[in-house]
Amino acid sequence: MMRKSRWKIYNQTEFYLFIVLIVLSTILAFVNPKFLRLENIFDLLRNYTFLGILALGQLVVLISGGIDVSFTAIATVSQYIMGVIISKYYIDNILVALAIPIPIGIALGLVNALLVYYTRVHPVIITISTLNVFYGFLMFITSGRWIYKFPPSFRNFVQIKILSFTSAKGTPYGLSILTLFWIIVAVMTWFILKHTNIGRKIYAVGGNLEAARRAGINIFRTYIFVYCYMGGLAGLASFVQAQLAQIIQPNAIVGKELDVLAAAILGGASVFGGSGTVPGAILGVLLIAIIKNGLVLMRIPAYWHQVVMGAIIAGAASVTALQMKFKSRRMVRKNVD
Amino acid sequence: MSIKELLNTRMIFKKTQATVLGFILIFLIILMTIMTRGKLLHLSNLQAVAFQLPLLGTLTLAQMIPMITGGIDLSIISTANLSGIIMAFILTKLSGWYTTPLAIVVGVAVSLVVGVLNGILVAYISVPAIIATLGMMIFIRGVALVLTRGYVIAGFPDSFVFIGNGDIFGIPMPFIIFFALILLMLLILNKTRFGFNLYMLGSNITATEFSGVNVKRVLFNTHLLSSLLAGVASIIMISRFNAAQADYGQSYLLLTVLACVLGGVNPAGGYGKVMGVFASIVVLQVVATGFNLLGFSSHLANALWGLILLIVMLINRMISKAE
Amino acid sequence: MEERISHFLILRNINKNYGGVKALEKVDLDIMEGEIHCLVGENGSGKSTLVKIITGVVKPEPGGKIEIKGESFEFLDPLTSFLKGIHVVHQDLSLFPNLSVAENIAIHEHIMKKSGLVNWKRIYEVADRVMKRLGIYIDPHIQVEKLSVADQQLVAICRSLASDAKLMILDEPTSSLTSREVERLFSILRDLKSRGISILFISHRLDEVLDIGERITVLKDGKKVGTFRKEELDKKKLTYLMTGRELAFVRRSKGLEKKVPILKVENLTKYGQFENVSFELHSGEILGLIGPRGAGRTELALSLFGMNPPDSGRIFVEGKEVSFKSNRDAIKHGIGYVPENRLTQGLVLEQSVKNNLVITILERILNDFRLIDEERKNKVAEEMVRKFGIKTAGMDVAAKTLSGGNQQKVVLAKWISTAPKILILDGPTMGIDVAAKESIYRLVSKLANEGIAVLFISDESSEVTANCDRIMLMKNRKIVGVFKKDEISEEELERRIKE
Repeated sequence: MMRKSRWKIYNQTEFYLFIVLIVLSTILAFVNPKFLRLENIFDLLRNYTFLGILALGQLVVLISGGIDVSFTAIATVSQYIMGVIISKYYIDNILVALAIPIPIGIALGLVNALLVYYTRVHPVIITISTLNVFYGFLMFITSGRWIYKFPPSFRNFVQIKILSFTSAKGTPYGLSILTLFWIIVAVMTWFILKHTNIGRKIYAVGGNLEAARRAGINIFRTYIFVYCYMGGLAGLASFVQAQLAQIIQPNAIVGKELDVLAAAILGGASVFGGSGTVPGAILGVLLIAIIKNGLVLMRIPAYWHQVVMGAIIAGAASVTALQMKFKSRRMVRKNVD
Repeated sequence: MSIKELLNTRMIFKKTQATVLGFILIFLIILMTIMTRGKLLHLSNLQAVAFQLPLLGTLTLAQMIPMITGGIDLSIISTANLSGIIMAFILTKLSGWYTTPLAIVVGVAVSLVVGVLNGILVAYISVPAIIATLGMMIFIRGVALVLTRGYVIAGFPDSFVFIGNGDIFGIPMPFIIFFALILLMLLILNKTRFGFNLYMLGSNITATEFSGVNVKRVLFNTHLLSSLLAGVASIIMISRFNAAQADYGQSYLLLTVLACVLGGVNPAGGYGKVMGVFASIVVLQVVATGFNLLGFSSHLANALWGLILLIVMLINRMISKAE
Repeated sequence: MEERISHFLILRNINKNYGGVKALEKVDLDIMEGEIHCLVGENGSGKSTLVKIITGVVKPEPGGKIEIKGESFEFLDPLTSFLKGIHVVHQDLSLFPNLSVAENIAIHEHIMKKSGLVNWKRIYEVADRVMKRLGIYIDPHIQVEKLSVADQQLVAICRSLASDAKLMILDEPTSSLTSREVERLFSILRDLKSRGISILFISHRLDEVLDIGERITVLKDGKKVGTFRKEELDKKKLTYLMTGRELAFVRRSKGLEKKVPILKVENLTKYGQFENVSFELHSGEILGLIGPRGAGRTELALSLFGMNPPDSGRIFVEGKEVSFKSNRDAIKHGIGYVPENRLTQGLVLEQSVKNNLVITILERILNDFRLIDEERKNKVAEEMVRKFGIKTAGMDVAAKTLSGGNQQKVVLAKWISTAPKILILDGPTMGIDVAAKESIYRLVSKLANEGIAVLFISDESSEVTANCDRIMLMKNRKIVGVFKKDEISEEELERRIKE
């Protein structure tokens, strides 16, 4: 029996992703030197914070063996309610604005958790339904009206930079405060998954549900945590998106669920549950960001982006599937030894 | 089908689900008949149902087959749109007696190409169907967007438009096509080897393989047939709209899953009968027409569909728990 | 001879009804501290219900008494049972394949602790301490899915030790272990016993029960037959107690005189699974293939059935060399295979008995339009049910509703009706009761007399010596001996398997 050390780094998805990332970046840098400019990189990080936060939430759900496709609707609903409140009452306090969408997201996440646990139907079907319920009723009630009159604190927040530089042309640029949200959520998610009991229970439930039940893990509580975490992050991400856009359009977010799923799956999370890491989810988002950015820099029309994305998802899933096939073939041999 | 066989179908068809579906939707139909002051059941509205039902119905049949294997096909709508766009190119660029048949042949061929790709991914590379068809859905929609740049292609020859809007002795053409498809599906699922193997594989792929069934081939054919039906749906769709576009009918995806689940298809695989799904499609379409008559927006309708599906699943669970 | 040790668990007057069916009736059970106690009984005898009552998963009917170390309960709940130190190592092990060895062992550090944070240092300490206690080492960082089944089982045992097990219930722990691994497991169990831990060992392998057990409790039809000391029993007596009848093997009379070689295997090799296997199988012959688990029997069978392509060597069917790309090729050449695992490989449990019966012979029930002829399908299936004496509530009920023996008959029937020339039976009597076993032996013997060549794979030397014309012994991936019927006794064969 061979006993492998856990430090065999080249065995891990993250390592390959990182290599792909470096190679792609190098190619892009040759095609268009603009790509490697700090300015472009900061922009990229800011623009993909929304996706990045959602991918981290999805990661947690996927590890538990579930899946949530309703988070775009959750984000839309919580964002819209925030928009209505701060514009109607003209609340000029960014912290209040930030505090509104998160609990709404958590509450809607709770609905998902209860339905998934109670009906025992595959979460894809449950969350497709709740997606339609949440989003459908919002659109029905609001008729899709836009919100764009925000108080100054809401308008200025997005301008705040943590690191500031001035470009050669004299225009200022820097690392947006929104990116800090992504970093904080990433560290928090990593800490939860790695260093808290609930985090390890999430892995256990996703790894073997029946064994988790027998071992006395409270499955119900685990589901509640997982779907509420996704919901809360959807609320936070909707704040980030509203900041970037400075306008709230109810149809702006729905439709992004596939990008997020793609990022999480590219990052090594399995739809069968039990596996996936925070670095993987970050690299997955960055990979998508770089590819899309690269397509823009290479002046490839926007129509092509979906073609490339679809091919990447199918390709990445194929590689994973083939790896698993190969692995199980080797396992047979090992067990017999 | 003989009466004996119908009874047989009933036995395998989940009774609880059928009852729940029946009660909720009949309740809805009565409610809406009252709310529309009986307009819902007027002949003109029933005829509208007969025109609209085949599109949803054909797409649902396309969804049903992979769901029986325990999989799903998220790419059916995209496939229908891509086929439609290719057909639209032929229909608008060429003119001659051969245009309509040529367009149909090429459109179906395009859907088969998608089916082959889905089949290879799911059956031979063993990618989970949900991811494989997700990737394909985005990919195909991308190709459709590249081809059309987002524009609508409209204006087809009369002979083609007839397929979606004409009638024979008062029976709408789309309905005739759909009726033929239902008969075909009954035959395929209940009477052929493929159908037999499909159910066995949906319940236990290992034991089915040990029994000497070529499970990879069955899975491959599943996706081929699913995409083929999406291609047929495409003919119905673009001939009815007299136009093709990359983004038509996206909300149908949820509805097809809904119709399957309501019709007794078990998302975990192995169960689901054509007649159950047919009943569920008919009732869904009547309810949808009711929503229309009541002036509900598509968003409200979608919300209500989601709600109905959730309620049915909750009641199903309550019933099975009580048992 | 009364030893001065105290009771760990006392059960008195335990009853359990499931909707009018008495699953357990007035059952008593005593388990001493530091005792290895075995629980045996046929399927449906109430073993698993009893275990569920001990672990608090089901409640017994009122009126019974459960006493753990002097503390009385009317019934237990899972948490109480667990906290009192009663732990189960399930047959499926219930491990978390994606977590490390250390975390699996120390999983209760996650569950029981009030604080929300993981103390990784403590998890590794716990794992290290427990493994040292057992004198084993498995890399604590490695993921459990990468371990062999035997190592996974040790992890499961370590896990119950880590949370301070006083009574460890092992449910069919040896079913997927090789004989060497079983020995290692037994030495560990004896070690645990010497540390005062009680063990309840559940198994249908009577040899093992008689090897490891000190006292053996026999259940039959929900009632306790008795608890016996090992010295009071032998295999024959134990079988009698379990089944209420002697398992008298009707020794197979001589088969056909004229023997034509139908299957010939030359130097068949699949690296790591089996090496240089050569043998001949004649029509009308039952050839036994026996050996310790892990010897490569099933792997060899799968290669003959086209589901496990060999690396080298040749296979001849009726004198012609064949190469199978899949089991469909093998079936075309007249080979049938009754797989090792009835529930996952043999049957589609959710589907009807009828469909399970006809799946291999669809060709025969198609009409001229290549469509399934319902009438023919019903007729064929009903005929099979009659011919094989399958007891079922109907043709359309799910196969999972049948008893183990009847399920196995369905599997046999679906292969026999393909009219095979060669039939490979992989553990055909595993986990089914004695009456059903006997009817299967009779059936196999009859098939051979009709001219079918049978390869009979088994664990039990008794059934092989009684039923086979020739016996092949396979050890460490190689065929190490071939014996003619009557050339080797059951005891001698047993000895050779073990040595």
